[in-house]
Amino acid sequence: MSKIIVITSGKGGVGKTTTSASIASGLAKRGYKTAVIDFDVGLRNLDLIMNCERRVVYDFVNVINGEATLNQALIKDKYTDCLHILPASQTRDKDALTKEGVGKVLDELSETFDFIVCDSPAGIEHGALMSLYFADEAIVVTNPEVSSVRDSDRILGILQSKSKRAETGDEPVKEHLLLSRYNPIRVQNGEMLSVEDVKDILAVPLLGVIPESQSVLTASNQGVPVIHQEESDAGQAYSDAVARLLGEDLEHRFLEIQKKGFFHRMFGGKA
Amino acid sequence: MPQATADLFSSPCLQFKGSMVPLTTLELLYFDQDKLSRDLAEKVKQAPKLFANLPLILSLEKLSGERDALDLALIRQICTAQGTQLVGIRTKAAEDIELAEQAGLAILQPGKARSESVTEALQDNQEPSTDPNSETGAAVDQAPVEAPPTVIHATNRIVKTPIRSGQQIYAKGGDLIVMAPVSAGAEILADGNIHVYAPLRGRALAGVQGDTQANIFCQSLEAELVSIAGQYKISEDLQGGLWKKAARIALVEDRLTVSNLV
Repeated sequence: MSKIIVITSGKGGVGKTTTSASIASGLAKRGYKTAVIDFDVGLRNLDLIMNCERRVVYDFVNVINGEATLNQALIKDKYTDCLHILPASQTRDKDALTKEGVGKVLDELSETFDFIVCDSPAGIEHGALMSLYFADEAIVVTNPEVSSVRDSDRILGILQSKSKRAETGDEPVKEHLLLSRYNPIRVQNGEMLSVEDVKDILAVPLLGVIPESQSVLTASNQGVPVIHQEESDAGQAYSDAVARLLGEDLEHRFLEIQKKGFFHRMFGGKA
Repeated sequence: MPQATADLFSSPCLQFKGSMVPLTTLELLYFDQDKLSRDLAEKVKQAPKLFANLPLILSLEKLSGERDALDLALIRQICTAQGTQLVGIRTKAAEDIELAEQAGLAILQPGKARSESVTEALQDNQEPSTDPNSETGAAVDQAPVEAPPTVIHATNRIVKTPIRSGQQIYAKGGDLIVMAPVSAGAEILADGNIHVYAPLRGRALAGVQGDTQANIFCQSLEAELVSIAGQYKISEDLQGGLWKKAARIALVEDRLTVSNLV
């Protein structure tokens, strides 16, 4: 039985797709058979971040409608053997996702995969609800600013009231907080909420803190999930998050302002 | 047809939402057409504004005496004549349900007994108006009392998980106890008191059915709004003093007062 993890946030542009790509790649790098599904029907992005847009033939909606088999639609990742991508449809809208259809696809994926990562669209409407409905665990991606935190709070409420686990009275969806675009200098200047502020408001265990980094943008544009850039702080932060997701107990890094050259002294040898 | 209009018409024109609306229950203790007319008129005269177009639910749970004479259409007329609206009936008895269906009234499940004070008040009111019909009067006194259950369940509600933005929790007929944070944008309501053993950042409304004795207790007062029996303060008015501190909010001489929680 595989574990279904939804990457969600409520707010758009906080790094859900970046996180989906990196977490899924990180799990696959550790040898777990992983599928990552783009639920953002109509605004397909995951294929770009994973650099497989030219190989999309069939998509998620085709599979739901029985127009293609799962094996026809799944795209094997370029960088990691155990990772497959199920792209969203760009020409349809989110109503094409039905509870029965999504459930059937997830059931079928469960037979072969250890982890299924669901990349949620922004908002709290149908597409987002479909992506979180079947989740066992949720990674809530939040930027350290008030509106993102408020939206994350809202989506946490929805997870605990509208998911299948909530409806059937099962054990609740396990929540993880992933703080992205964190910049300790701006926190110190009072321009950003601190890790403690966000933890205090959301009261959810912290999975990881991804520092604001040029390498994230570069990675997106090149179509290589940032977790593959092992020398970058964001890549290392995602690796740590994956380890914590698998139950390892690691200390959080990148929370303090680093002196120039610190990384070279500490981690430079690996690069 | 333009695409936008077509889209609009392809979606349903209605939706159902569950909601809890406070309704006044008229508990009929015995039925006498003239007496009901007179007693209702008397009540309406005391508070004409309150009763104007007031939707009423008729409860027959405490009805005693002659049931044959019971005429729901007539009761509805009497209510209408006093400017109130009888919308439904609350009963278990099959014969009453049949009557209600004939009279076109909605049928509600009987509620849990929490109307003792109302009943007492009604009975108090009855004493001065010496009823000529002593038989009926005696019947009221001997109104069959349901066997008390061995375990008395309070209607209080305990919530142990965080209440998130956009969620609404209502403790109907009792207190609400929350053992986790109440986020900004969340709303908690109770007919009785509200206790929050964590930061209270959302909106908290106690005594929503008008109980002025209700209190709000919280470990850290950071609320967007607090209200007791309709009197409210917004966060701007709560700043300073006990902001972000343990506090108790109560109505003192009809004024919403924040005091130290010691």
